[in-house]
Amino acid sequence: MGEVIVFTSGKGGVGKTTTTANIGTALALLGKKVAMVDADIGLRNLDVVMGLENRIVYDLVDVAEGFCRLKQALIKDKRFDGLYLLPAAQTKDKDAISPDQMRKICAELKEEFDYVLIDSPAGIEQGFRNAVAGADRAVVVTTPDVSAVRDADRVIGLLEAGGMDDPRLVINRIRAEMVRRGDMMDIDDVIDNLAIHLLGVVPEDEVIVVSTNRGEPAILSRSSRAGQAFRNIARRLTGENVPLMHIEDDAGILQRMARLVGLGRR
Amino acid sequence: MLGMFQHSSPKSKDIARERLRMVLVNDRVGVSPHLLEDVRRDILKAVSGYMQVDEQHMEIALRTRENSVSLVADIPVQQVLRGAGPGK
Ligand SMILES: Nc1ncnc2c1ncn2[C@@H]1O[C@H](COP(=O)(O)OP(=O)(O)O)[C@@H](O)[C@H]1O
Ligand SMILES: [Mg+2]
Repeated sequence: MGEVIVFTSGKGGVGKTTTTANIGTALALLGKKVAMVDADIGLRNLDVVMGLENRIVYDLVDVAEGFCRLKQALIKDKRFDGLYLLPAAQTKDKDAISPDQMRKICAELKEEFDYVLIDSPAGIEQGFRNAVAGADRAVVVTTPDVSAVRDADRVIGLLEAGGMDDPRLVINRIRAEMVRRGDMMDIDDVIDNLAIHLLGVVPEDEVIVVSTNRGEPAILSRSSRAGQAFRNIARRLTGENVPLMHIEDDAGILQRMARLVGLGRR
Repeated sequence: MLGMFQHSSPKSKDIARERLRMVLVNDRVGVSPHLLEDVRRDILKAVSGYMQVDEQHMEIALRTRENSVSLVADIPVQQVLRGAGPGK
């Protein structure tokens, strides 16, 4: 029986889709069977980030409405053993699916896969409720700025109110040199305010843009710091104890190793 | 010499951290309407061993100033219990 993890944020553009794609691929490279679900109905993205946009036949809404079987809608990524994508519908809106339908699809995917990663839409409305409905755990993605962290706080509140305790945080797009010169909040500033466990920190990295252009996740680039950060996060998700890498230390976390907790199954 | 430091403008990240802190205080109170009610109830419980207060005219609120938020409680006291205290 697998685990369903939703990647959510409140604010748009902070890196949910990038994070889902990279961690999904990294988990597959670790030998796990992974299904990535694009729950951003109407604004599908994960297919493009993964370079799978030309392979879509059926989508999430088709499955929910019974137009096709789940297996028919799952796109197998031929580059990575065990990696699959369930794309969002592009021409429908968020009400095209209900939390109950989402729960059912997640339950079915869990039978088959070790990890089911849900890429949530921005916002805290219906689309968000759908995305979290079938999830066992949540990873909240934020960037180190006031509005993104504020929205993350709201989402954490909603997750906890919905019975999902202990969501984990990914801080994306940290720029160590800006932190050093005092022009960007550091990891402690964010963590202290949110009072949540840290899952990982991802630096700002041009490789993300290049790899998104190509439709190849950044974790494939050995020299990418962001890629390294995502690989580390994937290992933490499997329960491995992976210390923060150096770029993360630079951003002010040296004393906070103890706060880093894996998201492994227990 | 000291003045040199006092007049240098604060780092933008410190401004961000403070603004974030204030925003979260207000947001968290705003999204949980029962929070102040619960605080009120618990304050009443806490003082009831020491004094009799006028619950009807008790006021409790958050007061936001530029750089701080205070919890302000105005509780009319009707009577202090003789020799009252915890563990009695
Ligand atoms: N660590 C990073 N470094 C550089 N660019 C990034 C990073 N993370 C995300 N981006 C870019 O930011 C934009 C928004 O990311 P995306 O994953 O689509 O966010 P969301 O799904 O939360 O809306 C994309 O153009 C993406 O390439
Ligand atoms: Mg997205």
